[in-house]
Amino acid sequence: MQYAPQLFSAALRLTRNRSDAEDLVQEALLRAYRGYGGFEEGTNLRAWLFRILTNTFINSYRAKQRRPQETEMADTDDLYLYRRVNTLDQAALSAEDTLFSVFTDDEVKLALEDLPETFRLPVLLADVEGFSYQEIADILEIPIGTVMSRLHRGRKRMQKALAEFAADRGLLVRDLPDTVPHVESTDG
Amino acid sequence: MADCRETIRDLETFLDGELTPEMHEAISGHLGECLDCLGAVEFHHSLREVIREKCRNDEIPADFLARLESCLNEDFDGDGQIG
Repeated sequence: MQYAPQLFSAALRLTRNRSDAEDLVQEALLRAYRGYGGFEEGTNLRAWLFRILTNTFINSYRAKQRRPQETEMADTDDLYLYRRVNTLDQAALSAEDTLFSVFTDDEVKLALEDLPETFRLPVLLADVEGFSYQEIADILEIPIGTVMSRLHRGRKRMQKALAEFAADRGLLVRDLPDTVPHVESTDG
Repeated sequence: MADCRETIRDLETFLDGELTPEMHEAISGHLGECLDCLGAVEFHHSLREVIREKCRNDEIPADFLARLESCLNEDFDGDGQIG
């Protein structure tokens, strides 16, 4: 089962603890092996397995999860994190190196795991698992437009959380200086 | 060709590879000429890589894998034995 490690990582992000993640993967694989949901030859096996995993999670595990409040976040700048990371001294570092070193593994995991489930599922499926909008719409049984809006809001929340982690460690400033190069205000 | 406002608006869909070929082309064209927007796109591309890398690097516990093998009667890790 080449997908077991991916399913396990995803299950950890969903359940947020090892014991529940193991149970979730085991239950999902049992369902898969019993032909639950009828896999059709020639269709995407990985997408089908993730569909079973998310359905099993939603039906069996969601009830006992601690659920972060789904309060509406004040409208954040689409480039919130980017504008703040830009204040870092990035000399001699590529953006990717900088980001790898700014955020610890645990912070990135936590930023994802702390998203309300409505946003966490699409962000996990898109940004971690690399599924297309259509595949996510099929897995979660929601329209593509809903996938897009939840992804957008989820990603913004996640970036805000990452900015907070970095700010707590004094790596970023929460309040930007007045002179910020570029962005959004420019009309072309 | 797209302008800065359109590029930032469609940045996510662009990175998701889900724009129409025409829109994708329009934004690529703009990125060839606007370093500010290119910086924003590259940043978000890198951020995706970091998130992807750091959120799927959990090691599957050996005892759990053995339990899965016994439960499903399959040799997942190819070590020639179940469990």
